[in-house]
Amino acid sequence: MNKTVVGILLSGGLLALVPWLGLPAFYESFLYLICHWMILALSWNILSGYSGYFSFGHGAFFGIGMYTSAGLAANLNWPFLWTLPVAALLAALFGMLLGSVVFRVKSVRGELFALLTLAVTFIVGTVVLNTRIDGGPGIYLNAVPVPALGPTPSASIFLMALAGAVITLLLAYYVHASKLGVGLFAIHDDEDVAEVLGVPTFSYKIMAFGISCALAGLAGGIHALFVSYVTAGEVFTITVPLTVVLMSVLGGTRHWAGPVVGSVVITCLMYFFTAGNNPVLGKAAVGVILVIVILFLPNGILWYFVNRRKSVLSTKPAHISVPSVSPFISHGEKAEEVQVISRVTNLQGEPKVLLEVKNLSKAFKGVQALSDVSLQVNRGEILGLLGPNGSGKSTFINVVSGHYPVTGGQILLEGRQLDGLQAHQIAQAGVARTYQIPRPFAHLTVLQNVSLVAMFGANALSQEQATQEAYEWLAFANLRDKADVLPDELNLHQRKFLELARALAGRPRLVLLDEVLSGLTPSEINEAIELIRKIRDRGATIVFVEHVMRAVMALADRVAVLNHGKLLAVGPAQEVMKNSEVVSAYLGGTHV
Amino acid sequence: MNFPSFNLLSQAILSGIFMGGLYGLIGLGLGLTWGLLRQINLSHFGLVFVSAYLSYHMATVWHIDPLLTLLILPPVFFLFGVGMQAVMSRFVISPFNSLLVTFGLTVIMESAIQFIWTADFRRLETHYNDQKFTLGSLFIPVPELITLVLAIVLSFSVWAAMRYTDLGKAMRAMAEDGPIAVAFGINEKYISRVLAGFCAAMAAVAGVCLALTFTLTPSQIFSWVGVVFAAVMLGGLGSPLGPLFAGILIGVSEAVTMVVTAPSWAPIVSFSLLIVMLLLRPGKF
Repeated sequence: MNKTVVGILLSGGLLALVPWLGLPAFYESFLYLICHWMILALSWNILSGYSGYFSFGHGAFFGIGMYTSAGLAANLNWPFLWTLPVAALLAALFGMLLGSVVFRVKSVRGELFALLTLAVTFIVGTVVLNTRIDGGPGIYLNAVPVPALGPTPSASIFLMALAGAVITLLLAYYVHASKLGVGLFAIHDDEDVAEVLGVPTFSYKIMAFGISCALAGLAGGIHALFVSYVTAGEVFTITVPLTVVLMSVLGGTRHWAGPVVGSVVITCLMYFFTAGNNPVLGKAAVGVILVIVILFLPNGILWYFVNRRKSVLSTKPAHISVPSVSPFISHGEKAEEVQVISRVTNLQGEPKVLLEVKNLSKAFKGVQALSDVSLQVNRGEILGLLGPNGSGKSTFINVVSGHYPVTGGQILLEGRQLDGLQAHQIAQAGVARTYQIPRPFAHLTVLQNVSLVAMFGANALSQEQATQEAYEWLAFANLRDKADVLPDELNLHQRKFLELARALAGRPRLVLLDEVLSGLTPSEINEAIELIRKIRDRGATIVFVEHVMRAVMALADRVAVLNHGKLLAVGPAQEVMKNSEVVSAYLGGTHV
Repeated sequence: MNFPSFNLLSQAILSGIFMGGLYGLIGLGLGLTWGLLRQINLSHFGLVFVSAYLSYHMATVWHIDPLLTLLILPPVFFLFGVGMQAVMSRFVISPFNSLLVTFGLTVIMESAIQFIWTADFRRLETHYNDQKFTLGSLFIPVPELITLVLAIVLSFSVWAAMRYTDLGKAMRAMAEDGPIAVAFGINEKYISRVLAGFCAAMAAVAGVCLALTFTLTPSQIFSWVGVVFAAVMLGGLGSPLGPLFAGILIGVSEAVTMVVTAPSWAPIVSFSLLIVMLLLRPGKF
């Protein structure tokens, strides 16, 4: 077990001793409140902090749990502990159902998602209030026996919340460190790119939503017993989500433990200021502190301290446990040999054609971006895709990589049908792409940007393997010494190479390059041309869109020319360039 | 369900329109800062209530006509908005952090109100409350009518200003792409301050209307957030006319739900409508 898990379990165990210390019951309820808010804030953060989908619906999920437990325990006389799993389950089901509708609509992101979840809260609240679930007067739990976990009822309730908080912390930590967490952070930065690189964005969001709601439901279930009177007007409000958002943001949403800091700080502030002689002034003080903290520490308290510590660490010359470059390169070359060999052996039995595009069409509301394009890409070749601006080159890449669905026609990779698949499935089938304007994940380091693809690409490596693989590809793209910086610090040339490394880390069979050379200086172009050759030598097949003719002539085995969405000519570069249609498409024909 | 008489139904629709006017008036400033300055300004609600209490105070203690406070409060609030923007612009604030900062401000305002006027209910009693007239069989309250007229006049003036004046065009350009607009000579600092000030002044106007038509208590500040957010987003962020129309749509749907079923069902229509709009035509926002 690792240190963090031990730490969580140990502090949970120590806190569980509090009820036997003989302190006044006040301490138990105070600690209960901290645990309660901790569960809510951490669970909110698993969806909203990690993936960037800010939810204002926590009141609804929390409330569903609350009413489930209250209804089952008070009206149906279930033993209270049995109601908690049901509360969590119902909340999770509701969240996943909601997610499966909402996440299908691509543009419901950011504030629209926040608004939608807020609206859901009010609707659930209205339904609960007006149906037999609440019925108007609310539900009293005075008669519900409190499960005897501790010496007193208040101790028992505290112990339940403590157990919930420990479970939540472990889950938050586990998700953060897992593949799911990596995928969610990628979604946070650029969802479209994440999908194209192989992250199953839809199911990941649903999973995160489910976990988040289940925990909120659990917190709600326990809270029903704590307040012992449940009423819709108090539950389905904007106060719960606002407090939760506040706690998470105050602590820091990008760190798994950020909400812990936030919930402890705000619960203490609320208590100490409002319990004093002058509650109104206390409330104002909470407001002032909030304003100041968020203005001066916009990434949260924890983020600030962690990063300060990091910057102190990084000034030390010795870098911790980063493997030296050379073994990787030799390792990489070995891998390369193996790959080349396997490629040769593969070539004998397998068909020559890797990608086959049949009668491909793509229309955007009447604009025919691609019409009836049929094209074959052979295994191991470099195909240049040419054409004037607006001729459909980028659309071709977007359609083949699954970013846009096809309007008509077929795309086959080694006979396997790609059209109709989701972008991440296409990526996992072995198709990778780069973007003309680099789109790195801004909050992930250069290394993480690349290792993510190794994890989610065709090979689905484990995290450690993916990191090794990423170091190799960074060395390949001459970015080895930039591994730990954020993409912001790279210049254009380095960003383009990062795009390349990222596309390659999944070991794709087909690489689609969208104008990797645009904006580079002549010497950088030479470097890039060499790099692209090396990529092919490693066994990938390349389709590249390019305007730099020198590079096209140097690299392409064949070129294909598009104009107005139609394929004009395919063949060896020298030949195609003499084609009269191609010449007139580029230079304008004689209008006789 | 019960089917109300025609008269009851039309009276409900009318009161829904009046309610929608207030939603639109509160939403006007909120939507402009949200859409054009990318700030989700929760303190807009705080300002509305501060203004409402001030006009209550002026009317009951100093015996100033509430409509006269419309001349005093907006300029003062304008200055406050300018000052707030001047402070905010010194920090890099993401839209969600702006939500939190302004939440903090709202809590401060709520405490201030509670400190000065206590948490008791306050009702502004003016001679406007007694002035009512009927149109056919419909009963028309004057304070609500004033609110609606103000909402319509202000929304349309903002719309015209955004469309036809240089300042309005500059604001729209800035919202579209700030850095580019600045590169073409637009004074971002000046414009965003004017805009923030204007929105605060709008909050003052809405506050006076709120005091004229509602009983005040500080804890009610947050009960307006949900429905006004809905009106603003339904109407379109940064749109001057959107919140008014969306507000009226929500107000009417609420009022009709209330008479057809029970008052407690009121939120369901407007929020379902909002969700359906979000899911079906999200591109319009």
